[in-house]
Amino acid sequence: MAVKAQAQPLASRQASVGTLRQVLAPIGQIFVFVVGSSLILGAIVLVLALLLSRTQANLLSGVLTVLPLVIIDGLVLGFLYATIALGYTLVYGVLEFINFAHGEIYMVGAFVGGGLGLWLASQGLLAAMHPLLFVVFALLVAMTASGLLAVGIERFAYRPLRNAPRLVPLISAIGVSLVLQDLVRLLAGPSRFNLRYPQLGLSRRFQLLEIPTAAGANLRVAIDSQSLIFIVTSLLMLIALNYLINVTKLGKAIRAVAQDRATASLMGINVNLIIAMTFFIGGALGGGAGVLFGVKYSTVNPYIGFIAGLKAFTAAVLGGIGNITGAMVGGIVLGLLEAFVSTYLTLFTGGRFSGPDYASVASFLILIGILIFRPSGLLGEATTQKV
Amino acid sequence: MSTSQQSPALGSTLRERLAASLGQGVTPYVVVVGYVVIASFWLISNPFSTIAFLVFLSSLLAIYYFPIPTWLRVALGLIVLGGVMPYVGNLNQGFLDVVTQAAIFVALALGLNVVVGFAGLLDLGYIAFFAIGAYLWAIFSTPQAANIFPGLAASFPLGSAWFFVFLILGVVAAGLFGVLLGLPVLRLRGDYLAIVTLGFGEVIRLLANNLNRPVNITGGAQGITNIGQPPLFFQPALDALNVQSSPGAEYRMYFYALALVIVLITIMSARRLNDSRVGRAWTAIREDETAAIAMGVPLVRMKLLAFAAGATFAGAMGVLYAAKLRFISPPTFDVVQSISILAMVILGGMGSIPGAVLGATLITLLNLRILPDFANQLVLWRRAGLPIPANFDPVQYQRLFFGLVLILVTIFRPEGLLPERRRRAELKAEGSKDTGEALVQDEQNMVHPDVGIK
Repeated sequence: MAVKAQAQPLASRQASVGTLRQVLAPIGQIFVFVVGSSLILGAIVLVLALLLSRTQANLLSGVLTVLPLVIIDGLVLGFLYATIALGYTLVYGVLEFINFAHGEIYMVGAFVGGGLGLWLASQGLLAAMHPLLFVVFALLVAMTASGLLAVGIERFAYRPLRNAPRLVPLISAIGVSLVLQDLVRLLAGPSRFNLRYPQLGLSRRFQLLEIPTAAGANLRVAIDSQSLIFIVTSLLMLIALNYLINVTKLGKAIRAVAQDRATASLMGINVNLIIAMTFFIGGALGGGAGVLFGVKYSTVNPYIGFIAGLKAFTAAVLGGIGNITGAMVGGIVLGLLEAFVSTYLTLFTGGRFSGPDYASVASFLILIGILIFRPSGLLGEATTQKV
Repeated sequence: MSTSQQSPALGSTLRERLAASLGQGVTPYVVVVGYVVIASFWLISNPFSTIAFLVFLSSLLAIYYFPIPTWLRVALGLIVLGGVMPYVGNLNQGFLDVVTQAAIFVALALGLNVVVGFAGLLDLGYIAFFAIGAYLWAIFSTPQAANIFPGLAASFPLGSAWFFVFLILGVVAAGLFGVLLGLPVLRLRGDYLAIVTLGFGEVIRLLANNLNRPVNITGGAQGITNIGQPPLFFQPALDALNVQSSPGAEYRMYFYALALVIVLITIMSARRLNDSRVGRAWTAIREDETAAIAMGVPLVRMKLLAFAAGATFAGAMGVLYAAKLRFISPPTFDVVQSISILAMVILGGMGSIPGAVLGATLITLLNLRILPDFANQLVLWRRAGLPIPANFDPVQYQRLFFGLVLILVTIFRPEGLLPERRRRAELKAEGSKDTGEALVQDEQNMVHPDVGIK
């Protein structure tokens, strides 16, 4: 972080506009992908429904009724994967190393947030708190804890292996991930294996739109407050990350280290510190995702990190690994896809195939397909910024 | 080569001096034979002592380590595994089961060692191939298969004589899946391969868990029970010899023998593979992919071969495993199993055949004997008043131990317990202060083939 401060000209209005554009442009890209993939998936589902409605009556109206819900579910899932994927992509961008234990860092974040909630509830403080205040507080604590955990892991399990052959740190990372799973299980004890988040009383639903239907009753599309918190918070985290990477000096140093470690260190950048900071940022984002997951789905257990981590990695590869916006976009596309498969596979096959189980199969097939046909990911080589 | 001859005393460690004095004259013969005899008698007189069992098993290590002629090694190995172990197995079935289980995992570790150790491809979904073998035999030796082929319902379940056919079919099917998975992903970089294989392992487990609808193929989460056992073709001989034994004991001994035979075959084929032209290509790929391509090694084909060869070992063992347990269900094939096999390979030393055997045996023993015994010990200590958390049962924390093994071995002993010769030399050369000397030695040891146009 010791990039010598240069005598910089005062930031002109033009520069700040450029900065703003740089920070906000990914939001536009994400919006395009959200709308685009919802439309495409929705269209596919509608065509299938039309084809199948000859044999199954009422299918079309059933499909249409759940469609908005599926999209909201998919978005929540997508932002979850996206926020975790950011950690993978940051670390990969800097070290070219898959931090296999990142899923467990997310899980630890979820447990820290839940533990905090339980503690506050036992002290009687939770009732006095506004639910949103609790969410912010839990986010801050869990993000700090997960970030520090990630830094510690890097220091003790990865740094000694930095010059070893590629597969060696990966194996160590697998070890870390297993150890974390069981350590959390041991610390939580059997009674809190399934840790329940406290009831926050966030029962308000926000009505988005009302669609008149032929049947008479209007179809109301509403979003629950947990989902709203989830989406808004992760968008804020993305904007903050973008600002950090593209505008601040720390971000510049991170980009320099990602580009060329040796040269960066010649320029006076403390490479070890920057790598540790990268792990901190990635870990903090993962921990934040954990708390959001806990708030939304209310139960967490020590094994949630594994599959979520795998999916998030898929998302990172899908968007183009090393690319921050790509990780977000990949996560959202994957989340929407899973939500669609898990709902509509069950619906279309009349329950003969259980959708939620095959959703995972679908996302792994997507991973394999992407790796075969477009290993550089959705956002492609041309726009790939290495972190 | 030259250093070991010129100065055994000069600056040698205690270990080297000990090895030198034990490696001369008749000493190794006396030590090894004495060790085997004492350990065998100790175990026979105490057939329920875990410590005696561990000491007895480590006699195999002694046979391997000491410089004795091959015929003596084979003879002692036969006595230990073919004579004493079955005898002890009659006294204590538990130990025979442990050794059979260890043999199954030895074969799996050897197979994964081909992929990870020889060719340097990290496969995190290895257990999937094991599952394929296991489900293959499970489906066809039970009425389950009638659901798939309703037209042939009368011919299922298949008779026990088909077991050996399916042993071969398991090999073929696993190899086929290895090729199918390998084809698309082997062009990618190593760490992508790791994640894709991990995903593949999960997909196979999910399919096993969910393919009970719409057609019941795998039995879903309940798994498949009453899987067929191999034929007792030697029964007439036993009857003729008037040997009395219960079917349970007979099968136990039978599976022990079968597992040992398969392990022997896998060890031999792994060794032959490693020394072959293909094995040298694998080593070249592992050490430097670009250089290997430049030397004309067909990269994708060789990687595919490694992937498929490793998978076949698991397929065969899967068939045997299903027949031995007679019950399989999806949780047996989850990712922790894949990683435990990886831990075996890493612990023993990547690329080392004796290492894979040792690693697999150690971790199986840890799982089946040492951790349960440790758990009992902890209960005793807790009763004695030592502060041990009430919910800590080491048997439940396998992941913790596997994880620690992976981290500690990669950081502190990356070459493993019984390193492969090449890797040991490499790490030694890196470690010694005078790298130049090691390089010169390397140059001298190298056999220069006649190159050039004649």
